[in-house]
Amino acid sequence: MNIVICIKQVPDTTEVKINPETGTLMREGVPSIINPFDMYAIEEGLRLKGKLGGKVTVITMGPPQAKEALKEAISYGVDEGILISDKAFAGSDTLATSYTLSHAIRKIEDFDLIICGKQAIDGDTAQVGPGIAEWLDIPFIAFVKKIEEATKEYLRLERMMEDGYDIIELPLPALITVVKEINEPRMPSLRGKMRASKYEPIVWTSEFLNVHPDRVGLKGSPTQVFKVFSPKLRTKGEIIEGDGVDEKVEKLVSKLKEARIL
Amino acid sequence: MSILIDEEKCIGCTLCVKACPFGAIEMRNKKAVILDNCTFCNLCIPSCKFEAIIKTDEFVRVADTSAYKGVWAIAEQRRNKICSVSFELIGEAQKLAKSLNDEVAVVIFGNNIANLVDELLYYDLDKIYVFDDPLFENFQDDIYSESLAYLSRKHKPSVILTGATNIGRSFIPQVAIKLQTGLTADCTGLDIDETGKHLLQTRPAFGGNIMATITCYHNRPQMATVRHKVMKPAKKSEVKKGDIINVELPKSIRPSRTKLVKSIEIIEETINLAEADIIVSGGRGLGDPKYFSLIEELAKLIGGAVGASRAAVDSGWIPYSHQVGQTGKTVCPKVYIACGISGAIQHLAGMQSSDVIIAINKDSNAPIFKVATYGIVDSLHEVIPALIKRLSNK
Repeated sequence: MNIVICIKQVPDTTEVKINPETGTLMREGVPSIINPFDMYAIEEGLRLKGKLGGKVTVITMGPPQAKEALKEAISYGVDEGILISDKAFAGSDTLATSYTLSHAIRKIEDFDLIICGKQAIDGDTAQVGPGIAEWLDIPFIAFVKKIEEATKEYLRLERMMEDGYDIIELPLPALITVVKEINEPRMPSLRGKMRASKYEPIVWTSEFLNVHPDRVGLKGSPTQVFKVFSPKLRTKGEIIEGDGVDEKVEKLVSKLKEARIL
Repeated sequence: MSILIDEEKCIGCTLCVKACPFGAIEMRNKKAVILDNCTFCNLCIPSCKFEAIIKTDEFVRVADTSAYKGVWAIAEQRRNKICSVSFELIGEAQKLAKSLNDEVAVVIFGNNIANLVDELLYYDLDKIYVFDDPLFENFQDDIYSESLAYLSRKHKPSVILTGATNIGRSFIPQVAIKLQTGLTADCTGLDIDETGKHLLQTRPAFGGNIMATITCYHNRPQMATVRHKVMKPAKKSEVKKGDIINVELPKSIRPSRTKLVKSIEIIEETINLAEADIIVSGGRGLGDPKYFSLIEELAKLIGGAVGASRAAVDSGWIPYSHQVGQTGKTVCPKVYIACGISGAIQHLAGMQSSDVIIAINKDSNAPIFKVATYGIVDSLHEVIPALIKRLSNK
């Protein structure tokens, strides 16, 4: 089974904070990481390869430094890493990004399955995965929490819903997005690390992909950012003091009643 | 490049360098320079106090936007019940339609849903588009997205709002690609701009650390998914109103390529997270999985849902479907009660837009207290039983 995993390099948002005085992002030493949900996609791809054989290719669109994310993926045991990088792609929204990635995936011969993380933790859109499936016109299922059965022709899987889950069968080739519950990502192996240290990812540019110039980057993006601002900062609330638990609880309840909260 | 530095205005203060999350601005000869790895996120623009960062936009594909009329809300139903987010979408659609001086329509999919259509008639709508067919018995991406794209091409709405639910976030991105238009995910604020024509879509990014307002000036429909529990639900009226339009499926519609084998509902004793006005969450501070029974008891007593921190889920104390936070669910209830949760930034990302946050933790330095409206510094093993006791005898 030939599997393509789409990943994104994101700032480790755990450390992105806003300076309350200037209202700007404080990014001192914010490291870049592979989007956490994409780690589950990589792991699932490697597990499927382990069962069914084949090849796992990881693909990302981003600036040249996104090569680091691909090299990290190699360290887990991925076979190949492809970077889609071109100035022309800057400013892409989810329509343009999914268009560009779908073009790149078409260049990968004989893929059976595309796996994406549920969403990226910087943009949080969850739109690129379904978008790629639509551009490629292949079946798509989001929020997959378990693959029950897999052959080269079909998958039987569980899709997480708010009130439970759905069991779904679909023919391949197809695209799925995965949630955290699906697996527990492995650590890199020593062999993987050694291969990664020497690995040079493949780089594909706009010209190579033969994309339409009006469909990529800012030009190909119907949405634009009108403004950005800091969210209303929550002000530090009130610590309820009291003599013993019962008194604190009594005070809390009366405050909640006063404010008509409970 | 569309982000430029006006060198005459730039005084070299380096504020923009600090504001850029991608390290794409550098100082050269005391002037800011935008580097090639700029992603046009625009975060540098408000950081500049001297208006020295300029954005230029070029768009090629321009639709005749005036030909698109009507604000649509997609009513989501599961197991013959309309989800609460649908009424929030209707309320929001009515507000937008008023500003646009336009009409409001609802689109609903299902099988044997005449009762639901009848219920919608009490919500002061102009039109209700109904897909009532065995094909729509269960949610299937292909069928839903093709049908909505078909309806939209036919009637050309100006705005389409969908709940940012698992269903909404599955199929709506595909509709947006089919219609070649913009889609903004998980909005928490919607408005019409000062020209009275365009939708301003505000949404959190970077786990809620940044808010962005997104526009879609030149393409239609303007599409958005909307976060649960943020918007006010529409009011039910006394009288029925609205034209019911039963949509004939086009012959061209393809059978679904995916097959739903079974839809399994997990019945919990408490309501599910997305629908909840109150959420009681437990973290590692519980000390032992058995104490989730305390969380459940409190949740049941006040009509809330049970949430959990990542630490509790990763320890195997409670299923992943309860996890709140960056790699779990984002929730926005009226009241969020965090018990024994320290408040890592990933957890805050999932719940900090709740109206009221109550934190119970014995560590007074826990970061959760920085966002809590009310905090009790004490052992949750004593506070929760006392709270249950106090609330039981009203």
